Amino acid sequence: MASSERLFRLLDMPQDLTDAPEAVDLPPIAGRVIFDDVSFAYKDDEPVLSHISLRAEPGQRIALVGETGAGKSTIIRLIARFFDINEGALTIDGYDVRQVTQASLRSQLGIVLQDPFLFAGTIADNIRYGKLEATQAEIVVAAKAVGAHDFISKLPDGYQTDVGENGVNLSVGQRQIISFARALLADPRILILDEATSSVDTTTEKIIQQALDTLMEGRTSFVIAHRLSTIVNADMIAVLANGRIIERGTHEELLAKRGRYFNLYTMQWAQAN
Amino acid sequence: MIERRSIYRRLLGYLKPYWRQVLLAYVGVLFAAVLNLLVPQIIKDAIDNGLAAGQASALFWAGGVILGIALFRGLAAFSQRYFGEWLTHRVAYDLRNHFYNSVQNLPFAFHDRSHTGDLMSRATSDISETERFVGIGLMDLTATILLMVGVIIAMLLESARLSLLALAPFAVLTITAVRFGGTVRPMFKAIQEQIGVLSELMQESLTGIRVVKAFAREPHELAKFDDANDEWFERRYTVIKTWAKNWPFFTFLVTSSIFLLLWFGGPLALSGEITVGSLFALLSYVLLLNGPVQRLGFLVNLAATAGASASRIFEIIDTPNKVADRPAAIALEKAQGEVIFEHVGFAYRAGLPILEDVDFYARPGQRVALIGPTGSGKSTVTNLIPRFYEATEGRVLVDGHDVRDLQMSSLRRHIGIVLQDPFLFSQTIAENIAYGRSDATMGEIIAAAKAARAHEFTMSFPDGYDTRVGERGVTLSGGQKQRIAIARALLADPRILILDDSTSSVDTETEHLIQEALDILMEGRTTFIIAQRLITLKSADYILVLDKGRIAQRGAHDSLLVQGGLYRQIYDLQLRDQEEFVELMIRD
Repeated sequence: MASSERLFRLLDMPQDLTDAPEAVDLPPIAGRVIFDDVSFAYKDDEPVLSHISLRAEPGQRIALVGETGAGKSTIIRLIARFFDINEGALTIDGYDVRQVTQASLRSQLGIVLQDPFLFAGTIADNIRYGKLEATQAEIVVAAKAVGAHDFISKLPDGYQTDVGENGVNLSVGQRQIISFARALLADPRILILDEATSSVDTTTEKIIQQALDTLMEGRTSFVIAHRLSTIVNADMIAVLANGRIIERGTHEELLAKRGRYFNLYTMQWAQAN
Repeated sequence: MIERRSIYRRLLGYLKPYWRQVLLAYVGVLFAAVLNLLVPQIIKDAIDNGLAAGQASALFWAGGVILGIALFRGLAAFSQRYFGEWLTHRVAYDLRNHFYNSVQNLPFAFHDRSHTGDLMSRATSDISETERFVGIGLMDLTATILLMVGVIIAMLLESARLSLLALAPFAVLTITAVRFGGTVRPMFKAIQEQIGVLSELMQESLTGIRVVKAFAREPHELAKFDDANDEWFERRYTVIKTWAKNWPFFTFLVTSSIFLLLWFGGPLALSGEITVGSLFALLSYVLLLNGPVQRLGFLVNLAATAGASASRIFEIIDTPNKVADRPAAIALEKAQGEVIFEHVGFAYRAGLPILEDVDFYARPGQRVALIGPTGSGKSTVTNLIPRFYEATEGRVLVDGHDVRDLQMSSLRRHIGIVLQDPFLFSQTIAENIAYGRSDATMGEIIAAAKAARAHEFTMSFPDGYDTRVGERGVTLSGGQKQRIAIARALLADPRILILDDSTSSVDTETEHLIQEALDILMEGRTTFIIAQRLITLKSADYILVLDKGRIAQRGAHDSLLVQGGLYRQIYDLQLRDQEEFVELMIRD
């Protein structure tokens, strides 16, 4: 009795986001993302984002910077519709994200998270997760494009190397690169990236930077940016504070402003010396 | 066969400490069996002396005795159930503790290979399958066998000729039942293994749920799970099929025994060679056998499952722990923090060296930075110091002692580790900080938190130090978790530190705080830092540049830059940016 109660309570939990009854499949998109006066709160009266307006043209690279809790992660979560906005409108190629099926939306989004999670299985299986019907050749092409091929072929079992639970046999950097290959294979129009600077050695870092460039090439990208190179090369940098965009522009424009962005980066990089 | 017998013998070993309870339970079993055997004799008496002789008093007397027997049987059954259940759960308790201890003590290498889901299913499902047999199941099996033997003896005494006839089907039955057990045992092991696969799958897709959702792969995960669940059902179904095929045959055998008794015994009773009561008693005995024989099949099943499950539990318990204390291991009471690597080599598998000929000397208090490409062996070097793994060649010395000659707990007490993704337990912040030193006072905890720059944000929570951090500490940011980990290390006050200087995606202010905290932590301790940052490399006493498991270069930052080589390459590729940006900012 007690056990079945526990089970049923779990089964009866409301599924938080479901497709709208009249939801349509999102047709192949170009990748135009528009935030029109969007506000969002996880809990009532604790606004996380207020009046965000942001426009990304197909292929543009948007860097989101700001302190922890400024709302960067929330913005990217809204694009993937992990949560629904409370106010305003969020459209992709003119479609309101709430009016399209989740499967069709996410299949055109590539999401690369900070902590690259690999499933138990081979490296090839993990890359294939991005496109289940991919051939071995496609997998190798994707791995080569992100610079993963070299270290994979050096492993005794190559692409058939088993990555243990949580991919313990690989370094964090290698796992990250594999997760890039996975995203590249999925070939999404919109790329969402939570950039991590975690424990990656400098050589791997260089590979990662090149891989990121390959990955973002020709895709609309939203990046929670930590790398200088990512930020400098962005078409637009949005500086967030307390759920609002307080500055926006290119690297040069923002430096010239001598505002929050200037402060953030003088602090971060001056410390290096 | 021998392996199987030894598994059951080991299981019985778990009952040994509780021989008193075992004795009480089994006295109950014996008592109940004997009382059961008396009933047909009393019926016989009632028929021959009561009904046949027309003496009502004999019937009353028989009824009274049967009532009395029922009373005593109740007592026996109570002691049987009570102590049986007690033993069941007590053994489960011990088995679980034993299992958990083993898992805790197994080396890193084991945890690299094993799957949490599978371990969890062994710890839960397999243990509950085993416990049912060792307690109640074994007792029922004993009761069943006792009763069967008793019935056979009583029948033979009643009429040897008729009994041999009636028992012939039971001989066949026993053989089939035992063989049946042998057939289903591997099937049960296969079922339990599949349960392990299911838990593994579930655990994996739950841990990776963000990736699953990001790629909209829920249907794929569902299909994978469904396949595995189907496989589980198939395996279960195979057992059920085998069972169903055998079951009617079992019942048929019992019925045929009754048939034989009536066919051959009836005429004997009619002719007066045996009494009617005697024939009735024989029939009662056969019917008495029916229950136990039915149970026998079930119990053989239970024993088979338990054997399979127990072997999965013992597999883990018996995994050799290569990194165990040596018999003459000494305790390192006080440490200075000197670390020497003498031509150290390491390989997980023979022929695939991870480290080769790593040789260096760190004086107490020195700061050693490790740098090199991914897979060059930096983490392996740091893993050898606390003896998470053992060097396969050469020696690692701490304060002049080979780490293999030291008691592991005493060695690790002097080593603090702060990695960039620290794990916090689902406990309060204070408990997490005091994890390395459970005897710490609140004052010490706060002092450590202050030094680690963790005090301020802790106090900003309504519950302060009593704030609980969720599973994996999800309510805290990466930077906050890191500072709690630093406070934890400060409180433990180790002589040797292993650090990772990368800060995972924290804002600049937090990064500054973490840097301050780390500086305080490193003060006066021998420190090994897996370095990503120029500032760390510059402040190190010396840098080890690793490449493909060997030390390619060593020295201070400035001299390494002049030397050229791998260090210069790394510098040009990555580190230089950090300086250039500063220049850019100054020019601007």
